[in-house]
Amino acid sequence: MSTTLLEARQLYCERDDRVLFSGLDLTIDAGDIVRIGGPNGAGKTTLLRILAGLNLSFEGELNWGGGPLHRQRDWYQANMLFLGHRAGITASLTPLENLRCWIDMRRPHREASLWEALADAGLEGYEDVPSAHLSAGQQRRVALARLYLSTEPVWLLDEAFTAIDQGAVQVLESLISSRAAQGGAVVLSTHHRLQLDECRVLELGGI
Amino acid sequence: MKPESPTPVTLRNADYGLIRAGVTTFRREILIAFREKQDVINPLVFFLLIVSLFPLGISPETEFLRGAGAGIIWVAALLAILLSLNMLFRNDYADGSLEQWVLAPQPLAMMVLVRVSAVWVAAVIPLLLLVPLLGLMLYLPADRIGVLTLTLLMGSPVLLLIGAIGAALTVSVRNSGMLLALLMTPFYVPVLIFGTGAVTAFGEGGSITGHLAILGAMLVLALVLAPFAIAAGLRMSVANG
Repeated sequence: MSTTLLEARQLYCERDDRVLFSGLDLTIDAGDIVRIGGPNGAGKTTLLRILAGLNLSFEGELNWGGGPLHRQRDWYQANMLFLGHRAGITASLTPLENLRCWIDMRRPHREASLWEALADAGLEGYEDVPSAHLSAGQQRRVALARLYLSTEPVWLLDEAFTAIDQGAVQVLESLISSRAAQGGAVVLSTHHRLQLDECRVLELGGI
Repeated sequence: MKPESPTPVTLRNADYGLIRAGVTTFRREILIAFREKQDVINPLVFFLLIVSLFPLGISPETEFLRGAGAGIIWVAALLAILLSLNMLFRNDYADGSLEQWVLAPQPLAMMVLVRVSAVWVAAVIPLLLLVPLLGLMLYLPADRIGVLTLTLLMGSPVLLLIGAIGAALTVSVRNSGMLLALLMTPFYVPVLIFGTGAVTAFGEGGSITGHLAILGAMLVLALVLAPFAIAAGLRMSVANG
């Protein structure tokens, strides 16, 4: 069952008169894990933001479920989870409130599932602390707690491993691979050495 | 550590859950306004200061204040609203929650409308509650205070909605406060003219239906069109991040 979820054809993008990539083809099937590699400034974040539909200054085609992505943006956004390098954690809200606001925009949920997700992310006991008082790694974990709640088939993770400790990296790796085994697709950019077998690598910056 | 979820991952249809998402967006804004009180209090204090300094600066005489009072309150309210535009998107842009919010599956324009209404409730309603008090301070007769409050009630959502277009467009620009004020002031002028015009006409014993009709038209137009412009502006700003 390898249905194609997201497809990018002949992507071309330049930034400040510098070509980041051109003629880039990428097909993301259910069950895929794609790691986007390359040195700093190679365009990893840009590519992920293009795939997320956030960055619109590119040429080429993006297809979702067999049709152009921009025609079915709502459908795509209901099936895609994007985690940017800015985590989207509001400092004045608690982790629980942050997570609740995020999930409420997407689907109905049980209150208990929020607590479970935060516990899974290693934030037990911090649920009601204002996020401003958490460390950088803990704030990152609040964002990662979304992954435990997520039913979206497509994950786009930009530098997801930043600021979290070794143990959390391993948990995240196993989460990603079990996710792919269930038929999800994960595209991530990281400088970490991943312990994932079935991972495809796309190197940028080779032009 | 991770409990395996037994359900396979499948594609879902876009289920908007508009009411749930709207309630969340509204509650979140109110909650943040409550936690970050200075965002609400600063414009309020600013409003109070302008209005209370006018009699000291020009003339404390009853006749002058009765004539100019409505205009003073309107201008002060306009500036205070301009000041509170910052709380609409700025913090959320900085920490990345704006991205997540834009990426939610609901139609963005509708969510934008909810968000602007929440800010109106949190930041503008307290302002309007002060108006009768300040009106009394400026010797305005009670019925004129009523008309003034009515025009502000109709005009302030227009100011906020139009301002939000500018706020959405400039949210990715650093130190955009002055730019925003310069951009928005020309669009605020018609609202100001018809708002104060109604109060003046009422004071002279004329009919205010025409003024109110035009204010109402502006309100309806802003309610219908501004959310789309704000949504487009947000998408552009988020793309720059």
